[in-house]
Amino acid sequence: MIPELGQLALVLALLLALAQGVLPILGAWRGNRALMALARPAAAGQAVFVGTAFMLLVWAFLQFDFSVRYVADNSNLALPWYYRIAAVWGAHEGSMLLWVAILDVWTVALIALSRSLPEPFLARVVGVLGLIAAGFLAFILFTSNPFERLLPMPADGGDLNPVLQDPGMTFHPPVIYMGYVGFSVAFAFAIAGLLGGELEQAWVRWSRPWTNVAWGFLSAGIVAGSWWAYAELGWGGWWFWDPVENASFMPWLVGAALVHAQAVTEKRGSLRAWTILLSIFAFSLSLLGTFLVRSGVLTSVHAFASDPRRGLFILCFLAVVVGGSLLLYALRAPKVAGGKPFGAVSRESAVLVGNLMLAVAAAMVLLGTLFPLVGDALDLGKVSVGPPYFGFLFTLLMLPVVVLLPFGPFLRWGGAGDTGLLRSVLLRVAVAAVAGAVVAAFLVGGQPKAIAGTAGAAWVGVGTLLYVYKRWREMPRGRRYPAEMAGMLLAHFGVGVFLVGVLLSESLSVTRDVRMAPGDEQAIGAYRFRFDGVHATRGPNWHAEQGTVTVLKDGRTVAVMHPQKRTYLRGQVQTESAIDPGVTRDLYVALGEPMDAGNLEGAWALRLYEKPFVRWIWAGGLLMMLGGFASAADRRFRARRTAGAAQPEAAPAAAIARESRA
Amino acid sequence: MSRLVPLFAFLLLVALFGFGIWWNTGHDQREVPSPLIGKPAPAYALPHLDDPSRTLAKADMLGKPYLLNVFASWCVACGDEHPVLMAEGRSLGIPLVGYDYKDDPADAKAWLAQHGNPYDLVIADREGRTAIDFGVYGAPESFLIDARGVIRYKRIGPFTPEVIEKELKPRIAALRKEAP
Repeated sequence: MIPELGQLALVLALLLALAQGVLPILGAWRGNRALMALARPAAAGQAVFVGTAFMLLVWAFLQFDFSVRYVADNSNLALPWYYRIAAVWGAHEGSMLLWVAILDVWTVALIALSRSLPEPFLARVVGVLGLIAAGFLAFILFTSNPFERLLPMPADGGDLNPVLQDPGMTFHPPVIYMGYVGFSVAFAFAIAGLLGGELEQAWVRWSRPWTNVAWGFLSAGIVAGSWWAYAELGWGGWWFWDPVENASFMPWLVGAALVHAQAVTEKRGSLRAWTILLSIFAFSLSLLGTFLVRSGVLTSVHAFASDPRRGLFILCFLAVVVGGSLLLYALRAPKVAGGKPFGAVSRESAVLVGNLMLAVAAAMVLLGTLFPLVGDALDLGKVSVGPPYFGFLFTLLMLPVVVLLPFGPFLRWGGAGDTGLLRSVLLRVAVAAVAGAVVAAFLVGGQPKAIAGTAGAAWVGVGTLLYVYKRWREMPRGRRYPAEMAGMLLAHFGVGVFLVGVLLSESLSVTRDVRMAPGDEQAIGAYRFRFDGVHATRGPNWHAEQGTVTVLKDGRTVAVMHPQKRTYLRGQVQTESAIDPGVTRDLYVALGEPMDAGNLEGAWALRLYEKPFVRWIWAGGLLMMLGGFASAADRRFRARRTAGAAQPEAAPAAAIARESRA
Repeated sequence: MSRLVPLFAFLLLVALFGFGIWWNTGHDQREVPSPLIGKPAPAYALPHLDDPSRTLAKADMLGKPYLLNVFASWCVACGDEHPVLMAEGRSLGIPLVGYDYKDDPADAKAWLAQHGNPYDLVIADREGRTAIDFGVYGAPESFLIDARGVIRYKRIGPFTPEVIEKELKPRIAALRKEAP
């Protein structure tokens, strides 16, 4: 009975989503207030039914309702309750439901926080979100129903993919979806703006906090995924340029560009068409990511069972949504370059260069990801491009961004401003970079990557701190760091921290694959790893061989580590690496295969790592996330919004007033 | 005009994806053409499952074609394939050698006792080391090896009656014609 209620809730949600998608947009077009007023209740009702369906699926998992095929496939009696909840989004059907549920979280937040938006504009925004929700709900109901029954009902179920049975992994999908799906809001604003012909400066200001929060979530989700790959997969890497990683990285790159472009458009009125295009691209790439993961067009460690029917559905949806919005863009985008003029050396130019680099990087990642498909299409045989392609081109494209980063805040809108100031900044960051390089060269010897990393981090970090100092000296207390600026500074500083992490860990890491018998020792850098043997252990739904490795430094025990090789109920084997974290280095041990079969006390293959500064990679990502969140909290966004049309000094407000009368 | 560029670029992308979907319906992505086909099977020497003191080596099987079927008691798809092998295994007319992959011997024996044993002989690769030489990346997989020890055909995934009829049997028949 419960699963049928869930299905019914989805059907009702689809009907309400259609109402939410069609009627308010129609109302805004015809100037019919009654139809426009339907936007909020329809969206709220749709969200309630999707939420109900989601909770019913959670309930089915908690109750071991194996008569539901999805539950039977992805959980069993031995799976602990928290992983049974995570199993809701552990495979295709449920993760699509999560997608819509999160879209509704954004929609509800939007209607709750946007009471002051002009009625026709809000009607269009909510309508666009409704159309997206309708598309996904139809996809779920027609191709991927999580409530499908399984008869006869099995006594016990399968298992949740063991790679997902990790605390970090339970949060990774919802957080990354918060980012992915969050770009739908910026997208809906852009489409609503194009439909209504609103002045970009107005809607871009309303849209900015939403974009920044979505980008912050996406940063957090990518960091979580990267951290999980590092801790779980046992290869010690943190990024693999896997198609599905790329699928989340492309919207992030375009999102980073969008965050900056929106700032320019809001404050100066320039780059208007570009901002609209980026808004469309960011969300399109999110949809594209969904398509790539769900359709099985590309193979990947993440890919779920592929089904051509599903692929075709998403492709058609993608074609309608993205094709439709690009057509709308072609027809309605601002015809004349607007905004205040800006010089070749100006903050606008700096943002534009950064934007182009980020956009080209996203295109480069897209090309690399789709390359195997292009190979099939042109009959080149099985081809693919690997990390060397991505690594090289990405470094090349990001180099100008890193070089320009410290100067952005010092540049004036419109022109260069104080060139003496710029020169002194250049001098100082150059000195800092050279000093960093010299120190690094002394400490690590001739490792070019490590030297470049230290120099680059000093360049960006000192440049950012110089601006912090300038504000501190020149502005009165309380007005030094408004949230928007604090967010920018946090994120920029995060770039420096990230550079340290990437380049130092890549160049200075020591990896050793060794055969060790109990009592054997291996020296890595200043550390000595002693293998103390393996014994059997078990958890709720797995048994494992667990090694003990004692790490000594100068004769003192630094860490006792327990890497595991787990075997889950259905026979899937999963390594659990042991990690001793630290600010300046991680120690990392993964258990390989026993070297003499059957003898648990014998020799094993072990993989030992020392990874200097690897944690800084994620620290940098988290700083960028904080930057996104902090800047969204700026009072300016709230104040202007509540003032709305009542503020006559703002030209956009006048335009809105005209629009709402029309 | 330049405003239409993004739209055209996107349409190109849609065409590529449409091709991808069409291509995938005809081709199994997992079917990486095995570089081993047409090459001599890797040398192996593995213990019998029921009597680990005896081993089977590649040389022991020279002179007659046989089908090497990789399975494991923990492998769900092998459970789907098993009845097919029980029904059709004898009708192939060549020896069927089971290759127990990364499995506990006790589990494998219990599994065969419960579901029946279609194999003429079962060898066990407990650590999966030899399987690496064969390029095995999951079970079930099957290799048709000819009288000279050359791999002639590889099947990734379970056999179905249809696949046996359409892909396996014609190849076995061809091998018979080759034989002097």
